Amino acid sequence: MLATLRRHPALQRLLLIGPSAAVIGFFMVVPLGLMVAVSLMGRNIYGGVHWGDFTTEAYVKFLFERNLDDTLAFNPVYLQIFLRSFWLSLSTTVVALLFGFPVALYMTLQREPYRTVLIFLVTVPFWTNLLVRNYAWVLLLRDTGLINGALLGLGVIDHPLPLLYTPFAVAIGLAYSFMPFMVLPIYASLEKIDFRLVEAAYDLYAGRLTMLRRVVLPLARPGIVAGSTLVFVPCLGAYVTPALLGGSKTMMIGNLVAGRFSEARDWPFGAALAFFLLAMVLLAMLLQALRSRRQAEAG
Amino acid sequence: MAVSAVEAQGVTKVFGSGAGEVRALDEVDVAIRQNEFFTLLGPSGCGKTTLLRLIAGFEQPTSGEILLEGQPIAGTPPFRRPVNTVFQSYALFPHMSVAQNVGFGMEMLGKDRRTIAETVERTLDLVKLGGLAGRKPAQLSGGQQQRVALARALANRPKVLLLDEPLSALDLKLRKEMQIELKRLQGETGITFVFVTHDQEEALTMSDRIAVMSAGRILQVGSPTEIYEKPTRRFVADFIGETNFLAAEVVAGEAGSLRVRLPGGRELSVLDAFEHKPGQTVTLAVRPERAELAEGGAEAQLAGRVENLVYFGTDTTYHVGLEAGGGFVVRLQNREGARRRHEVGASVGIRLPAEAVQVLRD
Repeated sequence: MLATLRRHPALQRLLLIGPSAAVIGFFMVVPLGLMVAVSLMGRNIYGGVHWGDFTTEAYVKFLFERNLDDTLAFNPVYLQIFLRSFWLSLSTTVVALLFGFPVALYMTLQREPYRTVLIFLVTVPFWTNLLVRNYAWVLLLRDTGLINGALLGLGVIDHPLPLLYTPFAVAIGLAYSFMPFMVLPIYASLEKIDFRLVEAAYDLYAGRLTMLRRVVLPLARPGIVAGSTLVFVPCLGAYVTPALLGGSKTMMIGNLVAGRFSEARDWPFGAALAFFLLAMVLLAMLLQALRSRRQAEAG
Repeated sequence: MAVSAVEAQGVTKVFGSGAGEVRALDEVDVAIRQNEFFTLLGPSGCGKTTLLRLIAGFEQPTSGEILLEGQPIAGTPPFRRPVNTVFQSYALFPHMSVAQNVGFGMEMLGKDRRTIAETVERTLDLVKLGGLAGRKPAQLSGGQQQRVALARALANRPKVLLLDEPLSALDLKLRKEMQIELKRLQGETGITFVFVTHDQEEALTMSDRIAVMSAGRILQVGSPTEIYEKPTRRFVADFIGETNFLAAEVVAGEAGSLRVRLPGGRELSVLDAFEHKPGQTVTLAVRPERAELAEGGAEAQLAGRVENLVYFGTDTTYHVGLEAGGGFVVRLQNREGARRRHEVGASVGIRLPAEAVQVLRD
């Protein structure tokens, strides 16, 4: 058996790649293929689809409404939800970057035992369920919550501020949920910087902010890009946070898709929406890849 | 008298506290003159790099004061000091081209583009790197990176250029080249160089003056000749070149001149700069090449037997076991061809010319 393997390197390779290829094939390609099929089938109003009833109706529905006389009218409702998701994800990424970068920088500047403790602390939120953590934000942001309670108690405001069920609440919740994905990659790239370069910049008359902008930021770029991608992409498809903190007013793509599969019983449309999301993410990543390649060639 | 380029007055630097306290510099006083090539020489951990970092502003002295052209600079951050550093690791910005690296300081000072471009070009020519302006540091050899680091610091025309063991990462041949190059650049630019090294040969060949440091103190400051020929302390004599040490007893002395009794009982008159008194024991330092060998004879001050000899081509080193105990090394030039003057086992006398003997302070 072993001797046979040794004589056939191709067989050897197949055996080594085989298990992971099977896992990816089974758990990724098959469901994805299934979803493609579902998105192209006719809708069964009791859930599921009418197999064999081929139609592209689900994709048309994304942008158009069918009038009674079968003409198409532009319907921006779903596009609006997509755009809102895009902007919310973008602002979440910016917020996470603004808060995450200083944290990562601070961690990098600490001495060894303390530094490891800080890395550990950053990952602590992962120890509890996402749902539980988002409920905590509900408790903080609601009208009778901690923030409004404190402000009312202090007499700063007369009526509770509308914090919960707003895009603001969703952005805060998302930034909080995905913060470790921003901090850790940035930390990893900051940690690799030779801090003698910082001294060199000071020596060459760069003040603290100029030093940060001209030396630390460019060298931390790979971490910033990785962190932003890791926050932006899952934000686009977020479900739990917008459901709890955004309510029905601040719906995101994830909630829309989930709704099509449950209450609306429109599986093909849900599947089609998921593919629009996938296309959006792939497009964003492609643009990013092209940009970094252009930069690598330029510099 | 002209004002010193850099002056340290009673500078002490303590790192850590309590039991982990390290006294890197201990009451250091030194004045570095304008336009000189000044070297801080000492073994690792002697405080030389700390002193350099205090001048650059990366560290603040625990006590004492540092003056730059007569002005105290305590509290002035490094980016406001008219000094530049060539780092041991070069610390070139990896994401910038050679030209951007060299122009960085001038850009920070707000010089206009044309001035920067011209100065960058001129400075790169000065360090013989013309034509490499567009490269990234990673595309350069170690020697070239070294030159970029040098150009980056020189381009700003600092009042003082600080060099932290800049040649230690280069191989021997390149190091020799750069030693000459640095000396040339210092002469051409007229900038005060403060050079840190643990390499005594580097210090001797390049410096106008050397400060020998040990354990956070400056032991002696002087020209290379003074440091080599007239060391005042055992550490200095030992650290630079080879030295024989002899313990001798002062039998008589007055006004800079001593009569000392050597091991073995012979007496010798020597010059003394430190007012030793009769009855004291002094340490004498004698360079191997300054002593002479005699076939026994009355004028010899020490007697012994050749235990070993090493032929070096240009000279031969004789290891002599002294009758009074201890060893003594004599190096003779091989002027008369390959003929050995003394064989292993031969009884010899060692003559010490009075001017070859240096009485040490401690």
